Amino acid sequence: MKVDPWILVFSAVTVVVTIWMGFRSAKSSKSASDFFVAGRSVSVGWNASAISGEYLSAASFMGIAGMVMLSGYDALWYPVCYACGYLFLLLFIAGPLRRFGAYTIPDFAEGRYDSPVFRKIAVCFVLFIGFFYTMPQMKGAGTTLAYIFKAIDLRDTAFQFLAPLDGGGVMTTGIPYWFGVAVVGAVITLNVALGGMKGITLVQAVQYWIKMFAISVPIFVLLSVYGGYGKNLSLNKSAADSTPAIIQTVDSEKPQRLALPDKAPKDEAWIAPFGPLTTKAAKAAGLTPEESKPYSLLYTFSLIIAIVCGTAGLPHILVRFYTNPDGIAAKKTTMWVMILIGVFYVFPPIFGVLGRNLLPELYAASGSKGPDKVVLELPVLIREKYGILGSILSGITCAGAFAAFMSTFSGLLVSMTSALAHDVYGRMLKPGASPRERMRMFKFAAVGVGGVSVLLGAFVEQLDINFMVGQAFAIAAASYFPLLFMSVWWRGMTMKGAATGMLTGGLCALVCVTLTSISDILAKTAKAAAEASKIPWEPDALNVFWIGHPLLRILAEQPAIWSVPLSIGLMIVVSKATRSSVPKDVRMKMLVLHAPEALGLKQEYIQEHQGGAH
Amino acid sequence: MPHSPHDETDFIHSEHFLRGLMKRQLKLSISCAAAFLLLLFGLPLMNYFAPVLMANRVGGFTLTWLVLGVLFFPYVWIIAKWFIVRSIAMEEAEVKTAESNKRP
Repeated sequence: MKVDPWILVFSAVTVVVTIWMGFRSAKSSKSASDFFVAGRSVSVGWNASAISGEYLSAASFMGIAGMVMLSGYDALWYPVCYACGYLFLLLFIAGPLRRFGAYTIPDFAEGRYDSPVFRKIAVCFVLFIGFFYTMPQMKGAGTTLAYIFKAIDLRDTAFQFLAPLDGGGVMTTGIPYWFGVAVVGAVITLNVALGGMKGITLVQAVQYWIKMFAISVPIFVLLSVYGGYGKNLSLNKSAADSTPAIIQTVDSEKPQRLALPDKAPKDEAWIAPFGPLTTKAAKAAGLTPEESKPYSLLYTFSLIIAIVCGTAGLPHILVRFYTNPDGIAAKKTTMWVMILIGVFYVFPPIFGVLGRNLLPELYAASGSKGPDKVVLELPVLIREKYGILGSILSGITCAGAFAAFMSTFSGLLVSMTSALAHDVYGRMLKPGASPRERMRMFKFAAVGVGGVSVLLGAFVEQLDINFMVGQAFAIAAASYFPLLFMSVWWRGMTMKGAATGMLTGGLCALVCVTLTSISDILAKTAKAAAEASKIPWEPDALNVFWIGHPLLRILAEQPAIWSVPLSIGLMIVVSKATRSSVPKDVRMKMLVLHAPEALGLKQEYIQEHQGGAH
Repeated sequence: MPHSPHDETDFIHSEHFLRGLMKRQLKLSISCAAAFLLLLFGLPLMNYFAPVLMANRVGGFTLTWLVLGVLFFPYVWIIAKWFIVRSIAMEEAEVKTAESNKRP
């Protein structure tokens, strides 16, 4: 099979349109303020589409479908919490933060506590969370490009050095995973370096609608051909069902199902709560299903806390609240974002359900060839039945995948680059820098951050896209969420309390999720090698430890259940101990955070500060 | 808006105004959050303690899949809509109170 021209055309159009819009808006974004928050004049509709476009990443577009296919019911918590985390943001943080009006979270940290030191600490987490979040986007890029060019043969050409190696070290067809990562990384980095945030708002908003179209249209076609959502789900026998599930029906009126390979989870475990995702650690330790259920419940709760609180602390999402004209618009925007992403999140799990019935062979593969590409593979099935329509549909999903990782990566790149150019350079290294110098620095920083992201992305082929995003949320949940939540609602907070809590909680979460990711990469690589040479897998020291201590493994993999309370608890204790250093004008600050904007307290506050804070 | 140098007796800058403001806002936020958390944490508990009930079929879905995969989203939209309507009304009322208490 050759490279499908439809897929190539749709993907190329998405990429070219993205770059073109970036270049076009580069001409219109002249001032430094344009670069950082788009002149604060973005309308509700545009901004809601843009936030949604930025938020729906490769994890949402590809990862959730793959994870639902792989683990069933438990994976549904991801889309639900991704969408509903916004409610927390709306209820506790969005309004006050907007009234306070600073460019970035580090700006807020400094303004709320009058402390430039705290700004430096806060900046670190923009980068920590950002890099963790870019890795899965990069995997999405590598997987999609490897999929599009899987049939290309480079072995006897001038590009022979690019041909990927199979398990035994022999060159095969296709392009290597890292090549896709590098190409996509370079394209987006260039785009951001030239366009800045204003260009990105337009690009993001358009990309939301590309993604929405690309996920929903193929689903409607697939469901009309292969039977409805519920019908396909009913093929999986649950514990409450009396009749056995239908397997391998040839009757075209009924939904079909192919035999599952050994690696696939069994029906009862897949469709019921507390399945393979949440019981993995307990199972590895050899516990019985009954014994592992409490562990599973703990895992579920911790996952929920991580994502719901993490959403409220994502730096690249928060910065967009400042691009609204006023607080009421910020609230309306959040409402629209919740509707836009909520509608979107109904669709990816349907891909997972269909994938289990129609593409069970994906269970056998891993890395960029595993279930993470189910969204790209499913529409191809239509091609076998209806020819060209299938090619067009798979072209559309590929375009959606491009839109997904491109938009999220650009958003992250903007917020990490602003942190470097605006905070590190503009405030710490060279406070007197002219706007021109800062804009030049923005471009240099974009290239640097983009390069590091590509390097990191090349190492994570073995990890699930969605799993990695979950971990970025866990870090945000234990660092920025407690900082924002407590700073907005408790006036007894001191800088020392806020810094201690944020650093301890955030770093603990960071260390734990890094440890589990590294041990997963080690285990999966070693397992694949052992399988290729047909010897049993010998776990390394770290994995032996996890097998012996399933509870610790769960608490390390999903740290939110202890790290969020730890962070908040430390903030309270340390703030009480350093009560004397509560900012002097804390009442005025609280008024600015909570009083309606119509009272004009913000202007008053700025005049008192003589432009000290923004 | 004209702004005069403020003192402690000025209504807008008084402790009383700020305290009431934060209390009302927090009360609204917490009651909305409670409605949300009830379902969010209640569902895993239902799955844990009543697995057979939650596995019943509703149009091909298991009950728990239907709730989590589909019905959860509109439920949250309702809470969000309620919160936005209430908080905008609250802000308007606060502006009125503040304006009417302003000393001439």
